[in-house]
Amino acid sequence: MLNFTIRRLMFAIPTLLVISFIIFAILDLAPGDPTASLPMTVPPEVRAQIRSTLGLDEPFIIRYFLWLKQFMITEPLNLIESSFGITIGEGDRLRLTSWATRSPVVDLIAERMPQTLWVVGMSQIIAVLIAVPIGVISAYKQYSWIDQLGTLFSMIGFSVPTFFTGLLFIVIFSVNLGWFPSIYDTNHVVEDWDSFVFQIKQMIMPTMVLALFTAAQISRYMRASMLDNLNQDYVRTARAKGLKEQTVLLVHVLRNSMIPVVTVIALNIPTIFGGAIITEQIFRVNGIGQLLITGIVGADIPLVQTLTFIFAALIVLFNLIADILYGMLDPRIRYE
Amino acid sequence: MRDEIAPLLDVVDLHTVFQTRGGDVHAVNSVSFSVAPGELLGVVGESGSGKSVTMMSLMGLLPSSARVEAQAVNFEGRNIRDMSDDALRVLRGRDVGFVFQDPMTSLNPVFTVGYQLTEALRTHLGKSKKEARARAAEMLSLVGIPDAKARLNDYPHQFSGGMRQRVMIAMALACDPKLLIADEPTTALDVTIQAQILELVKGLRQKMGMGIVWITHDLGVVAGIADRVMVMYGGQIVEQAPVKELFANPQHPYTIALLETLPSLTGERPERLRSIDGQPPILGAKLTSCPFAARCRQVMDRCHRENPTRREVKAGHDVACWWDATQGGAA
Repeated sequence: MLNFTIRRLMFAIPTLLVISFIIFAILDLAPGDPTASLPMTVPPEVRAQIRSTLGLDEPFIIRYFLWLKQFMITEPLNLIESSFGITIGEGDRLRLTSWATRSPVVDLIAERMPQTLWVVGMSQIIAVLIAVPIGVISAYKQYSWIDQLGTLFSMIGFSVPTFFTGLLFIVIFSVNLGWFPSIYDTNHVVEDWDSFVFQIKQMIMPTMVLALFTAAQISRYMRASMLDNLNQDYVRTARAKGLKEQTVLLVHVLRNSMIPVVTVIALNIPTIFGGAIITEQIFRVNGIGQLLITGIVGADIPLVQTLTFIFAALIVLFNLIADILYGMLDPRIRYE
Repeated sequence: MRDEIAPLLDVVDLHTVFQTRGGDVHAVNSVSFSVAPGELLGVVGESGSGKSVTMMSLMGLLPSSARVEAQAVNFEGRNIRDMSDDALRVLRGRDVGFVFQDPMTSLNPVFTVGYQLTEALRTHLGKSKKEARARAAEMLSLVGIPDAKARLNDYPHQFSGGMRQRVMIAMALACDPKLLIADEPTTALDVTIQAQILELVKGLRQKMGMGIVWITHDLGVVAGIADRVMVMYGGQIVEQAPVKELFANPQHPYTIALLETLPSLTGERPERLRSIDGQPPILGAKLTSCPFAARCRQVMDRCHRENPTRREVKAGHDVACWWDATQGGAA
């Protein structure tokens, strides 16, 4: 298993290099000028100068390798230095800076990361907690009213886009009922019970919007997978052994049914960042998704390149995690 | 029923109906039989004759779409029909062992063989993990798996088909049951392995002394191991006799036809093996005629009007047929 993991990580390097080149190329070819948002009074010579200080005069391939070096070597070193308080080499390196804000891209991302991780991460956990029981019960009581209800839930959850559920939630829970704040306050610091309660309150709506969407999907996979397994011969064997129905269902059938579902869950995690872009906008959660939108609107190419690349890296990473989990759950699969 | 020993399992008038979208299917119709302690009863019939369903109905292993009715199902004098689900569950795990047809799919692929073997021991006999493992290893070596202790940690896919069926048998016998229900346990295996499993079961039966119900469609298998044979057709028992009597003196035209389909080792080789023409009936309604009438060589008018009841030919041998094989006319 360790060998397999190491080998897969090695394979990830060329994949990520290709992805990084494509991302860089696409964004470079896209129309957009970092000086476009400057006032019209700025003369063209100044604009040209700005562009040359940003390094835009250099040929495409040189800029790509500089970006790559920056992203792959310099920034990780910076990150290690700042987190462990040590200095490697000269210590004073160039930072990859955002065109719009002039601050280092990595710092911007690090600043936004906690909000996204809290909201998106929590939504994933809640989604699994909702979806697995729904899937199990729906399959076990197939065609019963509870199954119909589960089907209705997933159909609604899956077909209604998050921007609609988000707005609906705001109208119901913030405007009409006044239970939760409609805007996420990033500056809020949790220091005592009351502030903790407030943090929970402001997290509930964005988390639930994302969780419902994801749970709708996962519960369907869960149901289908349970149904597949419930008719298997080994279930009859387990019943013939006189095991409790609960044991048959939650030990024998569930473990087998989780195998494909775990893959779906793992592969879903990076893509949820896409859904989070919209949800973060609606609830004013200034997380990664919102940062990406700001970057795109302001033609802040270094920021967008970096973020897109991080998403790509996440997808590659979670593919690997899915494969490893698959091997752990199913003894028939051994990676050698 | 027939002798003074109280039967281990005694079934009277069992009916099983499946409720499907296409209407009810009467899979088992008025089946009565008994198994004595230590006896090996062979149940023979083609696919869809109701032999598996009969056994599964008794032990509550059918899906909820099945409706089971019986006058009495007694196991050691206790009526199973009156038992709660929990009591039946315990009976199933401790007193009755099951071996199923396909060993490739009957074991759970994601748990070790050791885990699956110890499960019943821990549930029903309250053994500790260590005791259960010791017993499981003992059972594995009993069914002829070498290096049993180490193999407890293996997964089913690491065993061959024959070995898996041995594991299934070990699992069924782990709690020392009084009755073993073997549902076509050798059908999915090749002939050599089949012979090995038959020998194994014969040996185990002598050692452990449990009653066995052996469901099969292979008359050859039955001839080799059974004490008594029950032939099923269309969800009912058409003939029942001690094994030697059945082979020497078959009464029902279906039994006779079945015996004719067996390839013979002596005499001239026929061009083709014989087969019984036609299809078994689809049991959409309660039977009002003999289910075999459409395929029967001896069919009479009465067969289409009335479903024959079982009549005794001689002690321990009964048949459900209007035709009398010994006289060659209506009975």
